[in-house]
Amino acid sequence: MERNVIMKQVNDIFIDILDNEEIVIGETTQASDVEDWDSLTHIQLVVAIEKHFKIRFTSKEIQSWNNVGEMVNCIQKKGI
Amino acid sequence: MQTFTQLKKNLKKDFSNFKVIKIAVLGDTSTQFLIQALRGAGFEQGFDLQLWEADFDQVERQVFDPSSELYEFNPEIVIVFHSTHKLLAKYNKLKPGENNSLADSHLELARNLVTALNAQLNAKIIYYNFTEINDSVFGNYANKIESSFLFQLRKLNYELMVFAAKQSDFYLCDLSSLQNQSGKSNFFHTSVYINTEMVLSIDILPEVAAKTIGLIAAMYGKFKKCLIVDLDNTLWGGVIGDDGLENIQLGGLGIGKAFTEFQYWIKKLKNRGIIIAVCSKNAESIAKEPFEKHPDMVLHLEDIAVFVANWENKPDNIRRIQNILNIGFDSMVFLDDNPFERNMVRENIPGICVPELPEDPADYLEFLYPLNLFETISFSNEDAERTKLYQEEVKRTFLQKSYTNEDDYLKSLNMVSLAEPFNKFNTPRVAQLSQRSNQFNLRTVRYTEAEIEKIAVAGDAFSFTFTLTDKFGDNGMICVIILKIESDTTLFIDTWLMSCRVLKRGMENFVLDTIARYAEEKGYTYLKGEYIPTVKNEMVKDHYHNLGFEKKGDYWELHLGNYEKKKCNIKIQQKLLWKEM
Repeated sequence: MERNVIMKQVNDIFIDILDNEEIVIGETTQASDVEDWDSLTHIQLVVAIEKHFKIRFTSKEIQSWNNVGEMVNCIQKKGI
Repeated sequence: MQTFTQLKKNLKKDFSNFKVIKIAVLGDTSTQFLIQALRGAGFEQGFDLQLWEADFDQVERQVFDPSSELYEFNPEIVIVFHSTHKLLAKYNKLKPGENNSLADSHLELARNLVTALNAQLNAKIIYYNFTEINDSVFGNYANKIESSFLFQLRKLNYELMVFAAKQSDFYLCDLSSLQNQSGKSNFFHTSVYINTEMVLSIDILPEVAAKTIGLIAAMYGKFKKCLIVDLDNTLWGGVIGDDGLENIQLGGLGIGKAFTEFQYWIKKLKNRGIIIAVCSKNAESIAKEPFEKHPDMVLHLEDIAVFVANWENKPDNIRRIQNILNIGFDSMVFLDDNPFERNMVRENIPGICVPELPEDPADYLEFLYPLNLFETISFSNEDAERTKLYQEEVKRTFLQKSYTNEDDYLKSLNMVSLAEPFNKFNTPRVAQLSQRSNQFNLRTVRYTEAEIEKIAVAGDAFSFTFTLTDKFGDNGMICVIILKIESDTTLFIDTWLMSCRVLKRGMENFVLDTIARYAEEKGYTYLKGEYIPTVKNEMVKDHYHNLGFEKKGDYWELHLGNYEKKKCNIKIQQKLLWKEM
């Protein structure tokens, strides 16, 4: 899948889970840039992304990302 | 079932005018999501759950410290969530010789928690039982050796049930059966656990919340009382009017088995006190034929409280059933194989529960079990008798039609009532009436068995229960009164509730005569009443006015000196004995 398509789909998941239509994420977006993206909602986002792409992240992967771009790298690595 | 994300969106909605319930949640793992799921699921049922969450793993500190924030919060319900993961951690630390004691020592802890909570609070306790983790250390042999974790865990779940059976106000919420049904891989999500210390997966949160809210709703009088079933292709396979008695599918073979097992389920519901009614498009005589003649029918006519078979539309027929039973539509479940009928009922009868039965009758039960439609927090002998009571009511309705004068009709019933104070025999039924009665209930204060026991001995109130028997049968206990001593001159009617079964029989007059005479003999001058409106109790809005009470601000008052005995066709059964208080 094209990287920008994945990014768009991840963006839609953020909008749904954080219940905020105005969220726009990019490669360098971090948790501190997005309102309500805390450690708790983070796991909710991760589970929703797993479900959407039918993949499973390891616990280590989940803790390793510093921004959205790194998360998308990880999604792509799983063959998406 | 809604997703967790949907439940979370509920949190932003308007909770005003919802019933407020204060609930404390204490867990030994992280409970933030559970709290959100509970509040969101409460919204769906019209509850504004005010949730207080103990800090992480503070169960014991909060409960055993009398000056803790828990007691300051003063909840009506306390939810305690000990996880199997922490239980396993405890087990892992035991020395090999001590493994046998895990269940007993944890049960002891649970008992102590309950004792401490009861000493400080007037709250109901919900305790989550333990979901299974098989550590596979012993293989199947775990079932044969007491020191295995699986043995201890199952023993603990069993002992908790034994404890709950004896302990009023302590209720188990069955997470274990929920995990069995949804599978451990759906229930528990390792990365959620590793990253947040939460043992419930995000997908299972709505299920856990729904199961908990079901219990809470039952505590506050919201539960199902009646099951209305269709006949053709619902209770048996085929169409009785077309296929005939010999050709409908029922019994041990093939698809007949599905219908037979389905009927056994309904029979068990009937025995546990759910009223069963039939609503079918059929000629009545043909519809009744299988009940009378088919050897494989599990349900018989005596199991059915109201039998309606005709060619009119189902919403009208359900309204007719409702009229006879006198219970709310929101306490009814309607099962029909036909999607058209289901939709018509759903659209025309607000509040009724109409599950979307699967197409294949073989799936009926597996579909219905997880819906957990028939939650309850009590069971008494009266429940098993309920169908008979309603059948007698149908007969009374017929008799009444034959009298033009209501007074003559009431006289012909030969009504007798037994009045008694609360005692250990009638406590379960008193508590149950307190939880079930919605319509004829002046203040809708709900009491549990434990609270009723306290009132019976506290010495600051007088209690009354009334039964009603007539020539058609015994209605059992149908009225509860609690008179609280407010001053030397005044008794306050804290509770006046009656079963809607006995409306328009002059019972109100009889009850007032009894309590007025009693209060006067005890030297009181006034009875003071109050009407607190709810969405269900409008029928008693003018209750005190009709009985001759005078309005005094928000209250109603009756001067006993001027009281004249009411006209009444009920005789008192002289067994009435109140101990001097």
